[in-house]
Amino acid sequence: MDELLADFLTETNESLAELDSALVKLEQAPDDAQTLGLIFRLVHTIKGTCGFLGLPRLEKVAHAGENVLGRLRDRTLAVTPDIVTQVLAAIDRIKVIVIQLGETGTEPVGDDASLIAALDAVAAGDGPVPAAAIETTPIEITPTETISAETAPVETAPTDAAPVDTAPTGNGLPDAPRGSFADEPPAPQAPVASAMPAEAPNAAGGQQPVAAQTIRVTVDVLEDLMTLVGELVLTRNQLLQLARTQENSAFTAPLQRLSHITSDLQEGVMKTRMQPIGNAWNKLPRLVRDLSHDMGKRIELTMLGADTDLDRQILELIRDPLTHMIRNSADHGLETPAERKAAGKPEAGRIVLNAFHEGGHIVLEMSDDGRGLNVDRIRAKALASSLASEAELAGMSDEQIHRFIFKPGFSTAATVSAVSGRGVGMDVVKTNIEKIGGTVDVESTPGKGTKFTVKIPLTLAIVSALIVEARGERFAIPQISVVELVRARLNADDANANPGEPLIERINDTPVLRLRSQLLPLVSLADLLELGTNAPADGVADVIVAQVGTQMMGVIVDRVFDTEEIVVKPVAPILRHITMFSGNTILGDGSVIMILDPNGIARRIGVGSAGGGESRLGHPQRVDARSSAEKTTMLLFHADGGQRMAVPLGLVARLEDIPRERIEWSCGAPVTQYRGRLMPLVALGQAPDAGRPTQPLLVFADGDRSMGLMVEEITDVVEERLDIELSHPRPGTMGTAVIAGKATDILDTNYWLAQAGQDWTRDTRPPAARRHVLMVDDSDFFRHLMAPRLNAAGIDVTSVGSAAEALRLRDGGMRFDAIVSDLEMPGIDGLQFARTLRAGGAWADRPLIALTALDGPQHRAAVREAGFTGHVAKNDQDGLIASLRACLNEPAATPG
Amino acid sequence: MTTDVLVSDRAEAVSDDRQVLVTLTIAGQLCGVPAMAIRDILSDQPITRIPLAPPEIAGSLNLRGRIVTAIDLRRRLGLPSAPSDARRMSVVAEQGGELYALLVDQVSEVMSLASAAFEPNPPTLERHWAAFSNGIYPLEGSLLVVLDIPTLLAVSGRD
Repeated sequence: MDELLADFLTETNESLAELDSALVKLEQAPDDAQTLGLIFRLVHTIKGTCGFLGLPRLEKVAHAGENVLGRLRDRTLAVTPDIVTQVLAAIDRIKVIVIQLGETGTEPVGDDASLIAALDAVAAGDGPVPAAAIETTPIEITPTETISAETAPVETAPTDAAPVDTAPTGNGLPDAPRGSFADEPPAPQAPVASAMPAEAPNAAGGQQPVAAQTIRVTVDVLEDLMTLVGELVLTRNQLLQLARTQENSAFTAPLQRLSHITSDLQEGVMKTRMQPIGNAWNKLPRLVRDLSHDMGKRIELTMLGADTDLDRQILELIRDPLTHMIRNSADHGLETPAERKAAGKPEAGRIVLNAFHEGGHIVLEMSDDGRGLNVDRIRAKALASSLASEAELAGMSDEQIHRFIFKPGFSTAATVSAVSGRGVGMDVVKTNIEKIGGTVDVESTPGKGTKFTVKIPLTLAIVSALIVEARGERFAIPQISVVELVRARLNADDANANPGEPLIERINDTPVLRLRSQLLPLVSLADLLELGTNAPADGVADVIVAQVGTQMMGVIVDRVFDTEEIVVKPVAPILRHITMFSGNTILGDGSVIMILDPNGIARRIGVGSAGGGESRLGHPQRVDARSSAEKTTMLLFHADGGQRMAVPLGLVARLEDIPRERIEWSCGAPVTQYRGRLMPLVALGQAPDAGRPTQPLLVFADGDRSMGLMVEEITDVVEERLDIELSHPRPGTMGTAVIAGKATDILDTNYWLAQAGQDWTRDTRPPAARRHVLMVDDSDFFRHLMAPRLNAAGIDVTSVGSAAEALRLRDGGMRFDAIVSDLEMPGIDGLQFARTLRAGGAWADRPLIALTALDGPQHRAAVREAGFTGHVAKNDQDGLIASLRACLNEPAATPG
Repeated sequence: MTTDVLVSDRAEAVSDDRQVLVTLTIAGQLCGVPAMAIRDILSDQPITRIPLAPPEIAGSLNLRGRIVTAIDLRRRLGLPSAPSDARRMSVVAEQGGELYALLVDQVSEVMSLASAAFEPNPPTLERHWAAFSNGIYPLEGSLLVVLDIPTLLAVSGRD
């Protein structure tokens, strides 16, 4: 491409970016003469240069825009949003043309007549109009005139011969002050000077020789410099390593000096790559302005910490995610002025962008004061797109539900708007941020707003990393994701190990660590990377606790060395498919080392799946934590093979210990004669040990049918708050919880009942006699527990996790014979739910039973008053069945 | 780290009627690669193994501050692995801005051979070898297989 044209494009692009911001600023402060002057000059320069370069289409558009701006500047026309919109339209057209100009080197063909006519109409609008401004005189510029200006672009005071002046003076701007052009060189000649409009926009009229202080350097030069510094750092590290082995060497002092200079140089070169984050923000005011116009919302954008410096490579990479997030906030986050007024908020919504440094990272917070994330809608959407089952969702905290917005293809916008909501969005944002080693998280309060927090490294080039070893091979882990290091014992009975150190426990070969009463999922680096099985003999390992998103995981390694500054280099293309590595590097000792990618590891093992997805295709989504506030009585037992397990005692009908010889075989399956009938037996785990004289059984019963589960040993009954902390991919267990201080698998009763080959949900009663009850309880576990019991009692159960879901069923036309509801629930609580039901609608007269953990006369009165028909203690299952039977046979009391 | 390999003056002169080859030995078989494609010849180097990489990838090594991916040509050609204590050499080739070290048993001399002597692969040549061989130079006492570097480097990932 022509060099002049290339320079023109670079400069024009800068001017255009500046124009966007300036115009929005002008709209807010119409009297700001300085801004108006700046805008005028920028457009004017573009126009002047176009004529000079022979770009007639661009010139005509710029000219029409300039006419309008000229009238604004002369105060013969007032600044209104409509006029600004018109001018922005002209700027947009210029952008389109400039982009194509950059691609093809020639102006694209197109017709701007209507745009120009509109601009001219604005320029010809109210107020006194200078006669010359209306007739758009064609501009005649002879190239010969301009050459004279080339020799001294900055110092040259504009003369009548210079193109910048000839163009406007012929066009109705006779009183344009000449001094305002003084810092605008006839654009295309000198790249050095042309950096000025961006750097010193306020120097209008000033005579300072600013140009000498900045020079334009191509990015390639800086990149090369950075690469060289990277090599220098590595060589320095290598030398330091060598020097460490030789004491009192003559090299020590000069080497120290070399080391310091290298560090300073590294810092200096990094600085050249640093740019204020505001550069990535300069398009946002325009974006927000357009969005607010398109959507009829009032939005205030506040940007804090715009001067926070950041590596330009990262700057480029966060630009798009940032734009997307702002767009989302404006579109989904903020309400319409009417809605805001109704909610008692100021009509204008606020979006605040805040950037600051924090411990070697940049933290970018983007918050709005809108409606917040709609948990119910996200839940419904997650369910509809099969990202999680209803039961799993019910057990999730709001924070976990929020994170679904980072799933691929997830959009909660009820309708797809032009602005956002096309289902590609936050997942791409998350992926892009993770690509540069950053993290993103979301916090939201209903009605108050949403805040996204993005944490990104200062630079991609040099990072601090922890060097670890597994099976004799070394790896680097970026320090940004390491939370802490824990030394742990591999075996409980190892004599060498310090018993004070935590123990790595195993659940069916899955290692976990109890860290401050939390179960931390572990993965062995050696297993993950298939490094072989020769574990070191010392019986201890180091666990690197890493954070991925908001999930924690532990990586077991054999040893941890120190940290080292490393220069991240991409891996060879033929190794890119190994997602466990984010790059490789050369250490101080000259050896090559692979850099582990914690995100890749997490995706591989299925932790923090909110962004991954690829490794989980085909697997049902697992819940990360389920909890129930009440204590549950649990039966502890050992499965064959010694696995520690538990089951809620309420599900077990009886415990038996039958003589071995009473186990018989029927059709290849074990059975026993039990209370005059044949009862199928199911082995939990491996085949039961035939050498024992007796066989312990857990008997599950439903009406007159029963099933026996063969276990190795029944150990204890404990009452404990049940927090299922780890979900387990193994069928037959619901997950793992800490019970009596130890990791314990929770039996999935329904799975084993199905193993018995009996259809436990088969209806044995005439259909008319069966009643249908809706159960509303936020505890996934409780619903899991009660549904089979009620089924067994001849009652069909539909269960939902929240009152909101129940109301949706009501509005969807579902009919139930009775409703059972928990009282303490997030969102709409039980009392409010009852009042809502009694207030009207299809279920106003349904029997309504409260499940409560509290008791007392006052409490009962409150429950009755809210409209409940009756109330039952939560752990009284027989009581619930009795009251349900009672109220199903008689009509419910009318609300009082 | 660069070994002494005799490069005759003639090797520098590349013309249409002569082909300059770096000769290598892989499991006893004499092979050659075009000298112009080779940037470096390395003696035995410490190689960092890359877990989960395709088996042909021996690992990566440090060549004056650049990371070079090492490809084990014995594995690539489907030959038995070298004894673990064997000292191995490699030739470094570049593709798409990336450096690759081709790990062989021995790098010998640089030969300039008359193109007229170049023979196509015998049709009976084992399929696996035929895929990597551009043709054969019958030398005195042995046959030299000319290997195709782009094919050697086209190791497919596991994705």
